[in-house]
Amino acid sequence: MRTARIVMPKTAKKGEIIEIKTLVTHPMETGYRRDDMGKAIPRDIITLLTVQYAGEEVFRMDMFPGVAANPFAAFTTIATETGELVFTWTDEKGEAHVEKATLTVT
Amino acid sequence: MRRSWFGIFFLAASLQAAAAEPLTSAREFLPAELKVLQADDGANPGMLWVERGQKLWSTPDGAQSKSCLECHGEAAASMRGVAARYPAIDAASGRPMNLELRINNCRTANMAATPLKYETDDLLALTAFIANQSRGMPVAVRIDGPAAAHLEAGKTFYFERQGQLNLSCSQCHDDNVGRRLRGDRISSGLPTAYPAYRLDWQKMGSLHRRLRACSLGVRAEQFDFGSQQYLDLELYLAARAAGAEIETPGVRK
Repeated sequence: MRTARIVMPKTAKKGEIIEIKTLVTHPMETGYRRDDMGKAIPRDIITLLTVQYAGEEVFRMDMFPGVAANPFAAFTTIATETGELVFTWTDEKGEAHVEKATLTVT
Repeated sequence: MRRSWFGIFFLAASLQAAAAEPLTSAREFLPAELKVLQADDGANPGMLWVERGQKLWSTPDGAQSKSCLECHGEAAASMRGVAARYPAIDAASGRPMNLELRINNCRTANMAATPLKYETDDLLALTAFIANQSRGMPVAVRIDGPAAAHLEAGKTFYFERQGQLNLSCSQCHDDNVGRRLRGDRISSGLPTAYPAYRLDWQKMGSLHRRLRACSLGVRAEQFDFGSQQYLDLELYLAARAAGAEIETPGVRK
């Protein structure tokens, strides 16, 4: 079970710059470590975070093995219209975790 | 005669000072950026477990398909202040019970559900969620009555030299507080931030996991999660932390 956290204002004035903070649970296993028996632990990382706002992509972030577990990302965007923000974390096996939040613009 | 009165006065004054001023939280020894990380709920990775715990709170489980919510209602009201009172003596067994054991006790006795394994994400999440409801409240555990014997056992453990390094908890956490130990600063050993997110672990961990790390550090015997030794010690640590704020989920190095 993956847990994601989105912290952002629920409402904003048109044209206002809003800050959005995201967190997601993921081990971000680098692939460089070995277990107690000396066997390599296979790499398992999230490679991409994308954010769509009212159908348009407003944020995209590539991730690499250097990113710590439970990756945190914060960014700003301009509140243009009332709409849904769709956050998609994709790991390298192609598995995606999707989280949605609504922003009301007044 | 005058002298002894003077002594009593000073003793009383120093006792009062000790009661008024709780021990300093390890948070104060953190680098500035980690302090900020802990304070910001949007960035504190421990909040992921709190959020998961919130979901579990209302998820039915066990043979009777009951959830925590059905009996306890909204956690914000019913669980406020609970973590500040734990560990507490369980009336049935007469032994100290911490939040983790209480959750499992409730699961088996009232929900007919299987107990959650110690240190699993689900148990950490529920514990963190419940403890988070008491954030900012001062620790006040009961140390009288049946708790007294366990408190004494915990205190003995705390002051006893142990392990190949032959160190007691007190030699670091009382005598050398604030001084450097490798890359870290030695804290007063308050249990108030746990379950906490340690960067070292890259995940949330329980107080008992932290105690096991301390035991390993002095090359002493590591006791099991939920063992009597650690429960007694947890009770003593909580009594020692009287007045300090609950910080769960804390962020630690």
